[in-house]
Amino acid sequence: MGKTLAEKILTEKSGQDAKAGDIVITKVDVAALQDGTGPLAVKQLQKMGMEKVSSNKAILFIDHAAPSPRKELSNDHKLLREFAKKTGATLSEVGDGVIHQRLVESFAKPGDVVIGADSHSCTPGALCAFSTGMGSTDVAIGMALGKTWMRVPDTFKVNVTGEFPKFVCSKDVLLYLIGMIGADGATYKSLEFGGESIKKMSMSSRFVLSNMAVEAGAKTGLIESDEITRQFLEEQGRGNDFKEIRADVDAAYEKVIGIDVAALEPQVAFPHTVDNTKPVSEAKGVKIDQIYIGTCTNGRIEDLEIAAKILEGKNRHPDTRLIICPASRKVYLEALKKGLLEIFVKAGASIMGPGCGPCVGVHEGILGDGENCLSTQNRNFKGRMGNPEGFIYLSSPATAAASAIKGEITDPREM
Amino acid sequence: MVLKGKVWKFGDSISTDLICPGRYFHLRSNLPELAKHVLEDADPEFAKKMNKDDFVVGGSNFGLGSSREHAPTIIKIAGVSAVLAKSFARIFYRNAINVGLPLLECDTDKIDEGDELEVDLTTGLIKDTTKGLELEANPLPQAMINILNDGGLVAHIQKHGDFKVV
Repeated sequence: MGKTLAEKILTEKSGQDAKAGDIVITKVDVAALQDGTGPLAVKQLQKMGMEKVSSNKAILFIDHAAPSPRKELSNDHKLLREFAKKTGATLSEVGDGVIHQRLVESFAKPGDVVIGADSHSCTPGALCAFSTGMGSTDVAIGMALGKTWMRVPDTFKVNVTGEFPKFVCSKDVLLYLIGMIGADGATYKSLEFGGESIKKMSMSSRFVLSNMAVEAGAKTGLIESDEITRQFLEEQGRGNDFKEIRADVDAAYEKVIGIDVAALEPQVAFPHTVDNTKPVSEAKGVKIDQIYIGTCTNGRIEDLEIAAKILEGKNRHPDTRLIICPASRKVYLEALKKGLLEIFVKAGASIMGPGCGPCVGVHEGILGDGENCLSTQNRNFKGRMGNPEGFIYLSSPATAAASAIKGEITDPREM
Repeated sequence: MVLKGKVWKFGDSISTDLICPGRYFHLRSNLPELAKHVLEDADPEFAKKMNKDDFVVGGSNFGLGSSREHAPTIIKIAGVSAVLAKSFARIFYRNAINVGLPLLECDTDKIDEGDELEVDLTTGLIKDTTKGLELEANPLPQAMINILNDGGLVAHIQKHGDFKVV
């Protein structure tokens, strides 16, 4: 019997024949913490007298509350900086960007095992790294010992076919998939995305699929590495990190799900769960107080380009504020050079420094009571953006940009 | 070990945002203070109403969302003896065992708020003494039993110097 991508990577990294259902001890290549989970991780290591780093790469990202809005969080940041100095772990500072975007730009590579104390750590799965989110203690110990334990997941294959209609993108595919299988539809599984549409898809769009795998409950969301992966790594100055990894043709999948994108409408997730998705035609007219374009899901240059295309020469609706946050320093600089930030500023947007921005409810755009936000982020749980009396809708950057102009949820294909 | 206490019933899809709201992000390094807000966005009075050793009982996909280990940690600090649900989200499940918070996966439909439960962690037998019901929890994987028996992941690693899960 052949192997899925998850079984292949975990076989190599555990040194044993890993089959779905097995418990393995695997090497950890990349261990990542952020400022919301890192302080607890550091304290656990201090408690154990294990303040050391054994994983190939250990990175602490200051991104969730960056720059710090409160003294308590400033002190948490100090703790992370001191730990990095003491152990030799890499520090990603205020303004460097969101953990997941930074991981794919500079750290993770095909075939790696990546663990991050952040649920969207599944993002590097699009580079064909076995990449998953865990809690502070698991990642702390993985970082200190250079290994962790895993149950090898069963795999759902998601076959995506058809030509994308204009202004329909990978975010719409993922929202549609979660609407179909539910927020626990893939709990503990590996999602393996393939099919002709994925083979032609940019890395930027692929990262959206892997990033949101956890929203279906999945442990990881993997994509075979190919020529597009290689080109992406070369653009990051990391061509040598490329390795082609393909699933075996006779790999065993627990389930195969097919999605034809040719007939797909832009999708919108309604409050308060990600699987509460509807086609945009059923969401049209919902008044929006705040639009947020950014995050580890949709804050890349491709996302900002499509938003700029729609917003160029236009103004945001007077009753709708527009917040835009590039996912990393690199994205920010590229947006600056391409003139995208000028388009946004002229359209009435407020531009935030690279980081998580308002997505985690700490700062930079907390909702008022009864307010509606349409965001390109990955999650819309009650209270997510800092106020349980706020309502969060999720969409692609195209739908968000179009809605910013109209002040209500708008089908971007009508712009 | 047999745990005894009263039930606080919650619905499906109790996210980590409901358990440990993002607006208290600045309290993550002050866990006793953070625990005063446990489950606040699911039931604003929960932390005040509950007593030590009570049970939290949810529906499906309990703990979905973020990786914040603070969520199971503050449930434990608040004094909840175990969480029962039809199913748990993956990261929450692993975190709960790591911090030594027992979880029981079982059909919770027949359990109501205020019921008195007796839960045998060794056998997974759950008695609803209010209703005279007996339920059986799905057994934990052996790897997790090993970690839970050691008192959580920190104690497990301190004891063995390594993972002893297989």
